[in-house]
Amino acid sequence: MDIHEYQAKKILSGFGVTIPRGGIVYSPENAENKARELGGSKWVVKAQIHSGARGKAGGIIVCNSALEVAQAADKLLGKKLVTNQTGPEGKITNRVYIEEATEIKKELYLGLVFDRSSESIMVVASTEGGMSVEEISKNKPETIIRSKIEVAVGMQKFQAREIAFGLKIEPKLIARAAETIIGCYRAFSELDATMVEVNPLVISNQDQILALDCKMSFDNNALFRRNQVSELRDKTQENSNEVYASDRGLSYVSLDGNIGNIINGAGLAMASMDMIKLAGGEPANFLDVGGGATPEKIVKAFKLISMDKKVKVILVNIFAGINRCDWVAEGIVQALQKIEIKVPLVIRLAGTNVDKGNKILKESKINYIEANTLEDAANKAVKALGK
Amino acid sequence: MSVLIDKKTKIIIQGFTGKMGSFHAEEMIKYGSNVVGGVTPGKGGLKHLNLPVFNTVKEAVKSTGATASILFVPPAFAADSAMEAADAGIKTCVAIVDGIPSHDMIKIKRYMRRYSRTEKMTLVGPNCAGIISPGKAMLGIMPGHIYKEGKVGIIGRSGTLGYEAAQQLKNLNIGVSTSVGIGGDPINGSSFKDILEKFEEDNETEAVLMIGEIGGPQEVAAGKFAKENMKKPVIAYIAGLTAPKGRVMGHAGAIVSAYGESAVEKVELLKECGVTISQNPSVMGETVKSALNSKN
Repeated sequence: MDIHEYQAKKILSGFGVTIPRGGIVYSPENAENKARELGGSKWVVKAQIHSGARGKAGGIIVCNSALEVAQAADKLLGKKLVTNQTGPEGKITNRVYIEEATEIKKELYLGLVFDRSSESIMVVASTEGGMSVEEISKNKPETIIRSKIEVAVGMQKFQAREIAFGLKIEPKLIARAAETIIGCYRAFSELDATMVEVNPLVISNQDQILALDCKMSFDNNALFRRNQVSELRDKTQENSNEVYASDRGLSYVSLDGNIGNIINGAGLAMASMDMIKLAGGEPANFLDVGGGATPEKIVKAFKLISMDKKVKVILVNIFAGINRCDWVAEGIVQALQKIEIKVPLVIRLAGTNVDKGNKILKESKINYIEANTLEDAANKAVKALGK
Repeated sequence: MSVLIDKKTKIIIQGFTGKMGSFHAEEMIKYGSNVVGGVTPGKGGLKHLNLPVFNTVKEAVKSTGATASILFVPPAFAADSAMEAADAGIKTCVAIVDGIPSHDMIKIKRYMRRYSRTEKMTLVGPNCAGIISPGKAMLGIMPGHIYKEGKVGIIGRSGTLGYEAAQQLKNLNIGVSTSVGIGGDPINGSSFKDILEKFEEDNETEAVLMIGEIGGPQEVAAGKFAKENMKKPVIAYIAGLTAPKGRVMGHAGAIVSAYGESAVEKVELLKECGVTISQNPSVMGETVKSALNSKN
């Protein structure tokens, strides 16, 4: 789960990381008042959407008066912002963050992620803040510092100091920098995060070490024990069909093609999509109804796919194990009694009681194309597109 | 032989008296697995499915001599149960459950470092279908009848895609020595490489089919291991050709976040290691067949 910049900042500040003063607002009027309340003569108005690269997309505006702050908020609020990470449909800005401007002496990069090779938490840092980590590793790979943290004992002070010295921070600021790095580590480890990125981490002209922009993501599997984190979810930042799916226990990813899929199991779903591609088609989605493929889940899956206007053919591929094909077939028949499908439907059943399952489908009144193998199903789905 | 489990392996069920535990315990017993009892804290002393229930894994091991266990406990308690099994001397533990936090998986793996290599439990999963040695024993939730007894080892992340492979092999009259589902999570108990190592040592396994997917370094690490240490042929299929970068495809671990993690890149890197690639998921069986033929 992703959260907004201002939410991540608030969390990190609770772990001893210094952040610029600021506040969240929902209207231009609010924005103007917030700027006056913060005081000073320069502010930054930041669109709160779940994406990086907001600056280049016009989502971050520097202002020199409270009036300008109001105008900037007016320009951003309620609009969709398209960045190189949001896709062409963009993401809606429902809140903006007003922050006092910081005079920057130096920009650094600090990130924490799970390292799947060593199965530990890895700190990645660089003197080249402000660029994305991909750009840093492409253009300035020699500046990257990596440090593996032993999770059983947590980050040690010497590790934080090593990173800080590696970032060429001047000696008088090392202790403060180390506290900041340890604060980010503690937030990661104590809140079940999967990613913390402070970019840039800056040293100001006043020698403060500040998290100027930050992102945090959390492990969905751990949200049950992180109530404060799960409350920060903002569904307006997620694809609406994907929200609909995840709220109903389906695993769904919207894609650009036109062949809709309903499949049980994530691996089989990816494999079926591969077959569609190899047969000359493009999948409209990834949809895993779960290994068990219960009738309830199948109904929900058909409902979801029927909401997707791109879909011109639907491919159902279920490999039944303990859940027998006859049971799955009954589920499909029930679903199609409830939901009208106007596009061609290809169904492939395999596994336990496959003959019984196919018999049930044939004897029902549903209009479908039967397929026997994975390859057959993909070919028939692509062929049905032409009709 | 087979790997990890055979006909004699004594099995206990952790979370025995729950709905899932009871249902799958019965399926395993029907298949012929040697289930000797189960654990549900607070229900020790009772009988369930005509088998003894224990309060702790230690008691169960002491009284039955069990060496394998399977967890049917909710994700929030899974780490605790896995560590309990490791500490009680269980040698093979399967975690079926989907939804264990990654931080908990790291904790389990760190905890298990206290045991020497010979004493250490093999944890398989989580988020997997389990282990089956066809004709001998099943420690999982798969449909046993689609597996034919034979000489090909299978290692896979996905349950249903593994079934697809087993059925393709069966249709070609090729059997399986053991099939191990390592699960779809980013951090799992056993890696592809860990299980390859066991298959290489097993005198009944002649070739290994590895069913991988996008995300993480494990498939490539296994390929390197095969190149340097294995005599048996390794065949691989990698799912997720159409998966966009940075999106989680169902399995928590199926996400491309770095170079070498996409399906195309993994296939290239595996080819360099001398692994035979199944070009698409409908020819996994045939690719194994031709690899076996060219070996003999």
